[in-house]
Amino acid sequence: MTVLEIRNLSVFFSRYYNWFRKRTEACLNGLELSVGAGQLVAVIGSSGSGKSLLAHAVMGILPRNAGWSGQMLYKGELLTPQLQQRLRGRELALVPQSVSYLNPLMQVGKQVRMSGGGVRSRTELRSMFRRYGLESQVERMYPFQLSGGMMRRVLVSTATLGGAELIIADEPTSGLHAELAQETVMRFRELADEGSAVLLITHDLESVLPYADAIAVLYGGTSIEVAPAHYFSGDGTMLRHPYSRALWTALPRNEFTPPKGKPLVRPARSAAGCPYREYCESASEACRSGQIPVRRVNEGWVRCIDAT
Amino acid sequence: MIRSLLKFLLGKMLRLVVLLAAISILSFMMVKMAPIDPVQAYVGADLLKVSEAQREQIAAYWGLDQPPLAQFLTWGSAVLKGNLGTSMTFRQPVTDVIAERFLSSLALMVSAWALSGLIGFAAGAAAAMNRNTWVDRMIHWYCYTLAATPAFWLGLLLIMVFSVWLGWFPLGLGVPAGMAADQVTLGDRIYHMFLPALVLSVTGIATIALHTRQKLAEVLDSDYIIFARARGERGFGLFWRHGLRNIALPALTLQFASFSELFGGAVLAEQVFAYPGLGQATVQAGLRGDVPLLLGIVLFSTCFVFAGNMIADLLYTIIDPRIRSRDGGDPLEAG
Repeated sequence: MTVLEIRNLSVFFSRYYNWFRKRTEACLNGLELSVGAGQLVAVIGSSGSGKSLLAHAVMGILPRNAGWSGQMLYKGELLTPQLQQRLRGRELALVPQSVSYLNPLMQVGKQVRMSGGGVRSRTELRSMFRRYGLESQVERMYPFQLSGGMMRRVLVSTATLGGAELIIADEPTSGLHAELAQETVMRFRELADEGSAVLLITHDLESVLPYADAIAVLYGGTSIEVAPAHYFSGDGTMLRHPYSRALWTALPRNEFTPPKGKPLVRPARSAAGCPYREYCESASEACRSGQIPVRRVNEGWVRCIDAT
Repeated sequence: MIRSLLKFLLGKMLRLVVLLAAISILSFMMVKMAPIDPVQAYVGADLLKVSEAQREQIAAYWGLDQPPLAQFLTWGSAVLKGNLGTSMTFRQPVTDVIAERFLSSLALMVSAWALSGLIGFAAGAAAAMNRNTWVDRMIHWYCYTLAATPAFWLGLLLIMVFSVWLGWFPLGLGVPAGMAADQVTLGDRIYHMFLPALVLSVTGIATIALHTRQKLAEVLDSDYIIFARARGERGFGLFWRHGLRNIALPALTLQFASFSELFGGAVLAEQVFAYPGLGQATVQAGLRGDVPLLLGIVLFSTCFVFAGNMIADLLYTIIDPRIRSRDGGDPLEAG
């Protein structure tokens, strides 16, 4: 069952660049994505490419000067602000990336218990903490007293307490050493195996690959390819978009060649054409104009006219 | 917890003693250098009837013929015994004058202090929640105007408008003129205190409002507010748990640390409204060369301001978990 389906999502900011004229800047442009129950989909993109905005858009907690267009469906139902408000902290959970997402002046347990607009019981919290190997005294600690590993487990536990059906993890492995990163991703795999749909946003392809069902590659503010995780293997020929292949070959265990050109984090000024065309070896005139259509090829899809 | 608190208080007391000693020496030197003639101050208006020989006798009686250092030691040892001397203006022991005047000032200062805290905090919170709208701009404009307004000028303005033109409030004094002390009601006192308290509160409002606005704006932009919303918190509960609680402490601290401005403001406000408080006594002591009273007030106001700052420090130490644990106390025990 598809839990979340995102169609043609664009997120933009409007800011005044002088007293009178307002300019909107797109950060995400025509993004497509879907995740089903029991699935773990990793969203890969370079840092600053608006991945967090994707998470915030789904949760409905974008900043005030941001807007979005497109369609988001939760279990087939249009995700409106009202629905988002009703689901947040219950069926819809966000796992943030760092300690700064906890109120520094409030005990950790108190904050975790405050999910879904109500206060959860102590026993519920205690059993949840036990599941993640957190001792009961952690409840009464303040965020600054937690170690990196404890912090991560506390943040993951916030998602499980509400029994969320859709969990969005925003860079849960950033700044963690390999072992801890692996442990964290494993926890999300566990949650997916229990039936939740997990959207794991990260720039760390290597640590999510063994646990993800599918990988969505973000480039230039849009999703360029969604492929099953096992496509990222061998010399990467199963991948159909040149940028996805470049990402794969850039890993230390492969050729370790960095992708050509600088990472394009924002949509190009003109949204037309393929955002990767400047660096693509097989780019043709057709890549420069129009919207590149999404093509379904075997499993997953790709946004490239050369794909076969 | 108790032990670290005792350590804290002991350290503060030590600092207060050093501060008082330094202030005594400094103020004594300044009084000595000032063109004040203590004999003239003592004799008052009858100066013409006092001969040169009598003046010398008076000076010798008060020890004024001794070198400054000896004078300071005489005064200092008396102060250490709790004797601040006799006020020449009021013909009363200095401690009595300060106690009496401070009590009537206290009512004024406390109400002004509470008023500025509440108004400032509310205005700052309103500005932060309506950031970059006309509400925010209005409050900003209001704060800058208030901050740039001298208290005594505002006092004169209020007297002119509300006392002279409209006749709503008395022209000055702490109680109705010509009324016996036992007939004065609490209502009379509040009625007389209203305008001075308003003027005195004005100095504090701008600081606290701008500070609160800044802090709350930071909190509202913070990651933990985003995450709290993501967990489904919203509305007033969200604002109360993560907004107000996190900014109330710095605001309260700032408010306690503002005792010096409060005292300085009281001197001006009481003078303008002829309100019989400690501030007015300070001005009189200065103008009439009443050295014992002046020095007594200096020492007293030092303690007063020091107490405010200490309460501010103490609040942080007790309430903020981050500072609490740094001082060695274990927050697990406290929580």
